[in-house]
Amino acid sequence: MMKNRGITFKLIFFILTSCTLIFLLTFGYNYLFSRRIIIKGIEENARNMTQLTVNKIEATLRPIEKVPQSLAFLLEQSLCKKEDLLRVLRSLVENSPEIYGAAIAFEPYAFEKDALYFAPYCYREKDMIKSAYLGGDAYQYFYLDWYQIPKELGHSVWSEPYYDEGGGNIIMSTYSVPFYKYDGEKKVFKGIVTADVSLSWLQDIVSSIKIGDTGYGFLISSNGRVVTHPHQDLIMHETIFSIAEAREDISLRQVGKDMINGKSGFIPFNSLVTGSSCWMAYEPIPSTAWSLGVLFPKDELMAGITRLNWVVLFLGIFGFLFLLVVIVLIAGTIARPLRGLYKATKDIGTGNLDFDLPVIKSGDEVGKLTDSFMYMKESLKRYIKDLKVTTAAKERIESELKIAHDIQMNIVPKIFPPFPERKEIDLYALLEPAKEVGGDLYDFFFISEDRLCFVIGDVSGKGVPAALFMAVAKTMIKAVAHELGNPDEILERVNKEIYQGNDSCMFVTVFCGILDLKTGKLCYANAGHNPPLIIKNAGSVDFLNIASNPAIGIIEEAAFTGQELVLLPGDAIYMYTDGATEAFSKQRELFSEDRLKDDVSACKETSAQRIVENTIEKIKDFAKDVPQSDDITIMVLKYLK
Amino acid sequence: MHKTFVKIFLIIAILACFFYTILPTYASENKLKKASFISQWVPQAQFAGYYLAYEKGIYKKYGLDVDIINGGPHVSPCDSLEEKRVDFINIGLNTAIVARANGLSLVDIGQLVQRSALMLVAKKSSGIEKIEDINNKKVGVWTGISQIQALSFIKKYNLDVEVVPQTYSVNLFLRDGVDVVSAMWYNEYHTILNSGYDADELTTFFFADHDLNFPEDGIYALEETVKSKPRFCSDFVRASIEGWIYAFTHPEEALDIVLKYTKEANIPANRMHQKWMLERMQDLMLINNGIEISGILQEDDYYRVADELKNAGMIDTIPSFNAFYKYCGAYYDEK
Repeated sequence: MMKNRGITFKLIFFILTSCTLIFLLTFGYNYLFSRRIIIKGIEENARNMTQLTVNKIEATLRPIEKVPQSLAFLLEQSLCKKEDLLRVLRSLVENSPEIYGAAIAFEPYAFEKDALYFAPYCYREKDMIKSAYLGGDAYQYFYLDWYQIPKELGHSVWSEPYYDEGGGNIIMSTYSVPFYKYDGEKKVFKGIVTADVSLSWLQDIVSSIKIGDTGYGFLISSNGRVVTHPHQDLIMHETIFSIAEAREDISLRQVGKDMINGKSGFIPFNSLVTGSSCWMAYEPIPSTAWSLGVLFPKDELMAGITRLNWVVLFLGIFGFLFLLVVIVLIAGTIARPLRGLYKATKDIGTGNLDFDLPVIKSGDEVGKLTDSFMYMKESLKRYIKDLKVTTAAKERIESELKIAHDIQMNIVPKIFPPFPERKEIDLYALLEPAKEVGGDLYDFFFISEDRLCFVIGDVSGKGVPAALFMAVAKTMIKAVAHELGNPDEILERVNKEIYQGNDSCMFVTVFCGILDLKTGKLCYANAGHNPPLIIKNAGSVDFLNIASNPAIGIIEEAAFTGQELVLLPGDAIYMYTDGATEAFSKQRELFSEDRLKDDVSACKETSAQRIVENTIEKIKDFAKDVPQSDDITIMVLKYLK
Repeated sequence: MHKTFVKIFLIIAILACFFYTILPTYASENKLKKASFISQWVPQAQFAGYYLAYEKGIYKKYGLDVDIINGGPHVSPCDSLEEKRVDFINIGLNTAIVARANGLSLVDIGQLVQRSALMLVAKKSSGIEKIEDINNKKVGVWTGISQIQALSFIKKYNLDVEVVPQTYSVNLFLRDGVDVVSAMWYNEYHTILNSGYDADELTTFFFADHDLNFPEDGIYALEETVKSKPRFCSDFVRASIEGWIYAFTHPEEALDIVLKYTKEANIPANRMHQKWMLERMQDLMLINNGIEISGILQEDDYYRVADELKNAGMIDTIPSFNAFYKYCGAYYDEK
């Protein structure tokens, strides 16, 4: 699919995909890394801040603990009087503004033998300090947490925070210190000294924690009960576990367990006020075994980094679009001319060279390619124009040559048997023209009742001049033959005539013979032509003995030796031009006179026509696909009577 | 004969809770009768049925104008009944038997809770996984009448323990001041769960599983009221049962109302705790695969409780069952 897309698309696709990938990787890494750094910073800060608040709370609680502790110590040392106890308590509450009330509660009958309850108590009411004695059927303090727990545990404890009903609906917690009477080794529990503390100051400390707009702190007791929280409805009503149950949040339950078990931590947490996701740092308050949680709203603390990330993302998108535009422009400058060139190539393919090329001003590869294309177009145009002219000329010449060839072919006799009434001879001749017009010739005619003149020749050179020369020679031979009657004389005369008009120094080899049909006597003369073969009826094949004479048209006064031979019935004379012996095979091998002689010897045919055709077949077999370079002419004259 | 009659009524009552609007309304015929009721403790889901019967107009439908009074640590429902300050009270069976034995002529007119919710809870971390493990441990036991089951349990299994009096909170247990604590399944047990202890970290012993099943909450009225105004009593019981059925079938609405009551009384409460309580009340009250509220006190249940009380020295004589119990869940004609 992709491979068929255009360059512009590919450039846009691959570059933008790569850039997007690089950007996203960079952005993602940057985001995660910066986030981690910031979270780490927040965590450190959160833990410090939480610890600081815990220290602040501890700094208030610890001194309060000292007061009942000292009083318990005092009670263990000496037994005070009833009035002294109240006075001590009163001055203690008076001098400790953070203490809401204080009591000394004795075990049954421990202070006075007849008093089940004895528990003097001083407390603040408005601006006054009042005193009372606790205990009664409706207030069996022995069974109350503030009394029973330190008693059973044997050490001081801070109570669970509780509402002081009627005391102004403030949340209080009581610090209870057990005291004993030492009877030698024996340690007898005598009672509890308490200090009630309003937790409003604690709420002030915790509510002063402000992180961003929505961050807050909260305090839970050792049972997980919510002591301070910006959500007033939760205070004293809910425990962190009931909240976890309501939210069906098992992890919150686990957090709660960690908190009340004195662990500290930093965890993701959803705000109970806004529901937004926060981090929560929690730290135990060692004295009371309570736990302080501080919520750090994620979105607010991460606002800076979030904004930065948005800016980076925006820049990335902007860069992406910018890159898109740039790539489209660059790709356009490449693809547009290429498209023009592509279209131009198609035009060239259809033969149209009159097309417009895109105008490219740049000197880059595309510009150079366009220039080359322009040059190619012009060259092609010029070439095709020249080619048209040349082709026209060539076509004309070829047409003329064709005509010349046709004329040449029509000059030689072509009707066989030429003399059907003469049973004495079997004559057959064939001129196999080469592609171009050649200069081979043959002819035969009676010069008297019984004398047959026959001639075979080959004009030097090829083409129209050779053809014309051949026509002249043939016509001249025929004309002279009737007049003279001897082959040597005929050739002499023809030589003389031709030489005189032969400015172009052409020549023609000729073998001329005259056969007396009655006697079988053959007179012949040869002018530089290939020696014919004589095929004896007895079976032998030999080259005819010929005198060495020049070709016609070379020497003006040349003499041609006449020769004689008597043919027996059945003997045949086999004449040919060098086109036959000089035919080439594929291996550039000549057909040769020897091969010709062998082929003729091997030929079992008897008719002149079949002998000729046989040789032609052999030559074609030999030459195969090699184009014929010269005319091949073969003429066989068989004497029958 | 009597039981068949009751069963038929109950089916009608349950149907009525869904289709109560088609029942005849007494209000339109008569003027509403004044009635007052006191619960044995501060507002919580333990009394949801009464609040719902009031809030959803069920009492009015039965011709009653009920005044619901909150109980609490300083309120004695029996005293209120004796002094005729209220017509009906909701108390546990053991408290009622003691009161009757001590001369207060109250009558159980509807035994709503058939199963005891009282239990002992221990932390597995203190090594308590079975009954014998309680030996030599400190056990928190409620003061007063509620201690009977725990003490009987200790006696029954011959446990050697240090009994520590326990009152309102389980903090002593949470701070490891005691190893075992008494708890109500619907209340303290959940408080312990929501103080950070998981159920699988705790070992529980339900007294009901140890032949100490004391039926708990029931509706009581003075004998003279039951005799003189049986229809009045029956209307109250039937309306209350209908209120309970409504609460169980509309738990969220019931919780909204319960929390409204706790808020008005300024009682620390949270929805999850009240939800737990309502669900456990449903477990304790509903019988027959959770579709009916019986209201009947079985005689053997009665004598089991009374015998234990007598053995513990809380009462000298066991009041007669027939005098103590008169089921008023059915319709009684005034004539």
